[in-house]
Amino acid sequence: MSSLVSIQILNGLQLGVLLFLIAAGLTLVFGVMDFINLAHGVQYMLGAYLAVTFYGFTGSFLIALVLALVATLAFALALEVLVFRQLYARDHLDHVMATFGIILFVDQGVKLVWGAAPLSLPVPELFSGSVTMMGGLLYPVWRLVIIGSGLAVAVGLYVLVGHMRVGMLVRAGATNAPLVSALGINISRLFMLVFGFGAMLAGFAGVMIAPILSVEPGMGDAILILAFVVIVIGGIGSIRGAFVAALMIGLVDTLGRSFAVDVLRLFMGPSPARTVGPALASMLIYVLMAVVLTLRPAGLFPAAGR
Amino acid sequence: MPEPVLRLEHLRKSFGGLLVIDDLSLEVAPGELHAIIGPNGAGKTTLINQISGLISPDAGRVVFGGRDITALPAHARAAAGLARSFQVTSILPGFSALENVALAVQARSGSSLRMFGRAAEEEELNAPALAALGEVGLGPRADLPAAQLSHGEKRALELAIALAMAPKLLLLDEPMAGTGREETARLVELLRGIKGRFPMVLVEHDMTAVFALADRISVLIYGRVLASGTPQEVRADPKVAAAYLGDEME
Amino acid sequence: MAKAAPIETRAAPAVAHAGVAVPGLIFGVLAALPAAAVLAPENYLLALGTRIMTFAIAAVALDLIVGYGALVSFGHAAFIGLGAYAVGILAAHGIGELLISLPSALVASVLFALATGAVSLRTRGVYFIMITLAFGQMIFFTASSLAPYGGDDGLTIASRNILLGLPIFKDPRVLYYLVFAALAGTFFLCRAIVGSRFGRVLCGAKENPTRMATLGFEVYRFQLVAYAISGALCGLAGFLLANANDFVSPAYMSWQRSGELIIMVLLGGIGTLYGAIIGAAAYLLIAEFLSQWTEYWQVIFGPFLVLVVLFGRGGLVGLFSQIARKRHA
Repeated sequence: MSSLVSIQILNGLQLGVLLFLIAAGLTLVFGVMDFINLAHGVQYMLGAYLAVTFYGFTGSFLIALVLALVATLAFALALEVLVFRQLYARDHLDHVMATFGIILFVDQGVKLVWGAAPLSLPVPELFSGSVTMMGGLLYPVWRLVIIGSGLAVAVGLYVLVGHMRVGMLVRAGATNAPLVSALGINISRLFMLVFGFGAMLAGFAGVMIAPILSVEPGMGDAILILAFVVIVIGGIGSIRGAFVAALMIGLVDTLGRSFAVDVLRLFMGPSPARTVGPALASMLIYVLMAVVLTLRPAGLFPAAGR
Repeated sequence: MPEPVLRLEHLRKSFGGLLVIDDLSLEVAPGELHAIIGPNGAGKTTLINQISGLISPDAGRVVFGGRDITALPAHARAAAGLARSFQVTSILPGFSALENVALAVQARSGSSLRMFGRAAEEEELNAPALAALGEVGLGPRADLPAAQLSHGEKRALELAIALAMAPKLLLLDEPMAGTGREETARLVELLRGIKGRFPMVLVEHDMTAVFALADRISVLIYGRVLASGTPQEVRADPKVAAAYLGDEME
Repeated sequence: MAKAAPIETRAAPAVAHAGVAVPGLIFGVLAALPAAAVLAPENYLLALGTRIMTFAIAAVALDLIVGYGALVSFGHAAFIGLGAYAVGILAAHGIGELLISLPSALVASVLFALATGAVSLRTRGVYFIMITLAFGQMIFFTASSLAPYGGDDGLTIASRNILLGLPIFKDPRVLYYLVFAALAGTFFLCRAIVGSRFGRVLCGAKENPTRMATLGFEVYRFQLVAYAISGALCGLAGFLLANANDFVSPAYMSWQRSGELIIMVLLGGIGTLYGAIIGAAAYLLIAEFLSQWTEYWQVIFGPFLVLVVLFGRGGLVGLFSQIARKRHA
């Protein structure tokens, strides 16, 4: 039983790390440009689709990954320049409507280009095995790779944002963009940098998860909602908050789904437990968010100045 | 000694590591215009915010009309008769000047949960609102969207809104902020005219206005009251001259 | 000096008569539609019109709090779902009496609005958006797990509500006019609210909540009441939707549906109430016709929405008033 729990804990960490990769870009864009980007989920989806295509051309996961990242970046920058740049000064409602339109466009566009059937990407050879965990259960190496790479990105971001000049500019921009601009920094280039980088992180998440999940239209939508829950719980504009909240949500959601029915069976009969269990499990993270917001209306680690 | 309209007892407020209000005690007698002066950063606006309820103190009490209102939220204090104007103009720019003031009248005339009947046409609200606007000289500008008023007119509107609340105590946070010489003189005349109608706490930098209007003055330095008394007493106080007035008096 | 326009028409910087002319036109067209319905086969136009008006009720209800209260709810489809499921669940137990179903739908919506609003309204800005989204998702997942009532697949409703024995929703034409009446009622109710004392406080809180507090208004209470009214009206829309579709499913309350509601309000022009009706009609009509033309209609509709945001300030109402202003100049 405990090995089952440790497997689910690892799965929870994996989901958490994935959520962090997506939420990091989302929270930065929100924190620095005060821009609600509902279309962030499609960046994740595009990363996965592009990786599938490039893998089809090259046969190499690594090259496909790099090309997918480049293409995701290009797409994100195009969006930023053509659409989003004009909207930073506008109301949040305008952001919602515009990015909603982008979601419709890309979700359908992907169906048009790649078809509606789910696609898949094979796990790279090197990592395609499993390791034996305690208790004799096998755990896929690739999932461990995802956790590892996610943690590496987290450390990298921590160093970047906390200790390097560009990170300081980003943090300053998150607190007071007009002031940073008045100091002579090219604020629109800073925004482009933040946006592009965030999109690449989401795309990276998409590529990494593609070997495990099926790549299909609309896959960004569900994860987008989770990412928003992460950044709201973590505190908008805070990378640290996004990291903590992402891991928390990954664990709560995974463990909740796995064990809700079992836990409920301690209190009620097996049949009601099986009815109520899944529903409760799905709601768990939203209940968590509602509780956090009630106690801390600005999230766990609100960026200073909010 | 009659019960003071407002009594502040040992108020204390820190923001992060910065102590802004430090063991501050003050009394406002009924009917008087009590001015609060002090250099920038002395904590004057923080004090007003604590009295009106937008900030809660770390320690101390706010007693209004004999009643401890320290735990009362801002809207309850306003409903109890505590009106204020803001240093940075805080009006409703999309509403007309008349509607801004009518809303203040509405706050104290019956239920606002009423969902039928056109509020804009209620004489019960418009008549007192027009009267208040007239007092501050904004009568002819009543129907303009408040955003279109000049800066001085907006300051006058703030005053009209406060008047329309028929307050038991009026807090004025730098009403002359940013107004030119003529406007300032007009506002001083206006305030002189309504003096005595109800007690007022006036926070101001303009010394001419302060000495022209105040019954009593309290000097705030580094979050505490350095001296408190009639204008003559304060002017003569050597502590005040040394710390503050020396530069201000010409 | 010209009197400043009252709040409910000021938001549309249109020609002075817009507040009367536009709703008049809208309701005129809607009233006349059934006459034209004979031109299309099998009650198609009637069904389409009924659907448009049902969503228009929800859109108007949303505009009340978004346009006049600056409360952007991203979970409003939940109320539609609650109203619809009230009908469905009661029908599954053999109860089809309107006098039970309708109040149930409304009560369910109001209770949910009060419970969630009490928590949500303690937050501001994007946090409010997210927490309303969360509550919407909670209801969505609850409905999806209601196995006895169809779960994910939804629930078919054997027969529509009857009023004291009369199957009033049976005839499509009668249904159309009943929904029309509901829409008219909703519109005029919201309009009255906006122009009332209550509405003034709500609009004031939108512009400057601090000022409102220092005037003596407990903003939280007013917003909660407005939120409850808005939720109840959406519940009404859900009730009508269930009757019109003979079907209810969790899809009625997905976050995408909530998003669509916001788009409808924005597309028409927020803060005018009739804009919400126009927006609902425009959204559904465009979706309907584009989808008949191509399966991939969203590839066109998506960029269209983006263009509206970029170039069409104030939605369709804003656009028309700009044109009207140029012609009068």
